[in-house]
Amino acid sequence: MDKRVGSVADAVAGIGNGARVMIGGFGGAGAPIELIHALIDKRPRDLTVINNNAGTGRVGLAAMIDAGMVRKMICSFPRSSDPRAFTEKYLAGEIELELVPQGTLAERIRAGGAGIPAFYTPTAYGTELAEGKPIAEFDGRRYVQERWLKADFALVKAHLGDPQGNLTYNKAARNFSPLMCMAAATTIVQVSRLAAAGDIDPESVVTPGIFVDRVVEVPHPQQEEDLVRAGAACA
Amino acid sequence: MTQNTRPNSRLSNAQIAWRAAQDIADGAYVNLGIGLPEMVASYQPPGREAIFHTENGILNFGEPPAPGEEDWDLINAGKKAVTLKLGAAFFHHADSFAMVRGGHLDVAILGAYQVSQKGDLANWRVGSTGVPAVGGAMDLVHGARQVFVITEHLTKAGEPKLVEACSFPLTGVACVTRVYTSHAVVDIADGRFVLREKLPGQAFAELQAMTGATLHVDGEVADLVAPDI
Repeated sequence: MDKRVGSVADAVAGIGNGARVMIGGFGGAGAPIELIHALIDKRPRDLTVINNNAGTGRVGLAAMIDAGMVRKMICSFPRSSDPRAFTEKYLAGEIELELVPQGTLAERIRAGGAGIPAFYTPTAYGTELAEGKPIAEFDGRRYVQERWLKADFALVKAHLGDPQGNLTYNKAARNFSPLMCMAAATTIVQVSRLAAAGDIDPESVVTPGIFVDRVVEVPHPQQEEDLVRAGAACA
Repeated sequence: MTQNTRPNSRLSNAQIAWRAAQDIADGAYVNLGIGLPEMVASYQPPGREAIFHTENGILNFGEPPAPGEEDWDLINAGKKAVTLKLGAAFFHHADSFAMVRGGHLDVAILGAYQVSQKGDLANWRVGSTGVPAVGGAMDLVHGARQVFVITEHLTKAGEPKLVEACSFPLTGVACVTRVYTSHAVVDIADGRFVLREKLPGQAFAELQAMTGATLHVDGEVADLVAPDI
């Protein structure tokens, strides 16, 4: 079993037009910048992208949106310190938005990975984000039915990875990534360091390798916040 | 600290945050919303230490780091850099919102555009234009044992924020338990606003006039006072 691939370009192979792609990260924490820019180099179009946000500045996810690759965003908070890429496309009617409360987004992804087609949550009951969704009462309270979310691909940044695909994360860069690894048909991970088999303590594994398909080492990955501050447009 | 206080014509934002902080018990698990609620962490009474939760996967985070010391993998829900206290923990987003909806938080504190007498909250958008963004607000109003709102009593245009029914899009239905404003502390009980504290220099009638629904009195109304901060 060896899930290692030699380059970020090889790692993102096969992501074609119309694909549904989950991208890990909360703002810049956990954003797989190198995988995203490898995908931008290949320019697939009409993508549906699932992320908590919708990019900042002109790098990473924002650069994908700028490049016209994204037809639809599924996210909870398409605003940021510099949200112009998404905002311009949205106000021009060139990108679709499915707004999902953050905890519901996480649980829908988890459900997708766990084989649970739908679940009930109190979140959004009585609000416009629950319009059209089935409502049911349990123990005297009303809940909204939400459906699982799955994807063709997940692009994720982790800290340590081994050839089996076992992963650890760095601090709060973990966020949605373990869930997305479960919910995508093909999970592609950039790790800051590739460890040898056995070097990650099994007690410390956060994402077991069964959820991971490709691992590529990207030492010293770029951090979105630093790039945005530097005004870089590395696309 | 109350011996250092004097009557105010209104509480400042910092004083509203201070007042809310007095109601957080030592050891409570607390989520502070982005913006004004974040200030509550600065005003914990001496000897009390809450454990702060942030939706993006940290329990027991602390003060911002010194400028230049930021670690952008260590941020809060507002995407500001934070530090860790001893005994901190990381977890993924599904566990984080299990803590929220699952009833494991003691207190969630949010801002508001409007709060209704039934405890409905509107705090995520004011109209149908622009880019809508909800974040974790609709989740955070469900599950915490107490859901506090901290807010000015009136909008910048002078309209009441405490209303009979919200006109702005709702964040949650019947979810707020207590409101701390620049002019009052108000509980929500049985679909009514119940006044608990008001500014000592303000007449009840004047406070009622700047409130968009009936303020009920049920027991003592204490003086709302805060130190000069």
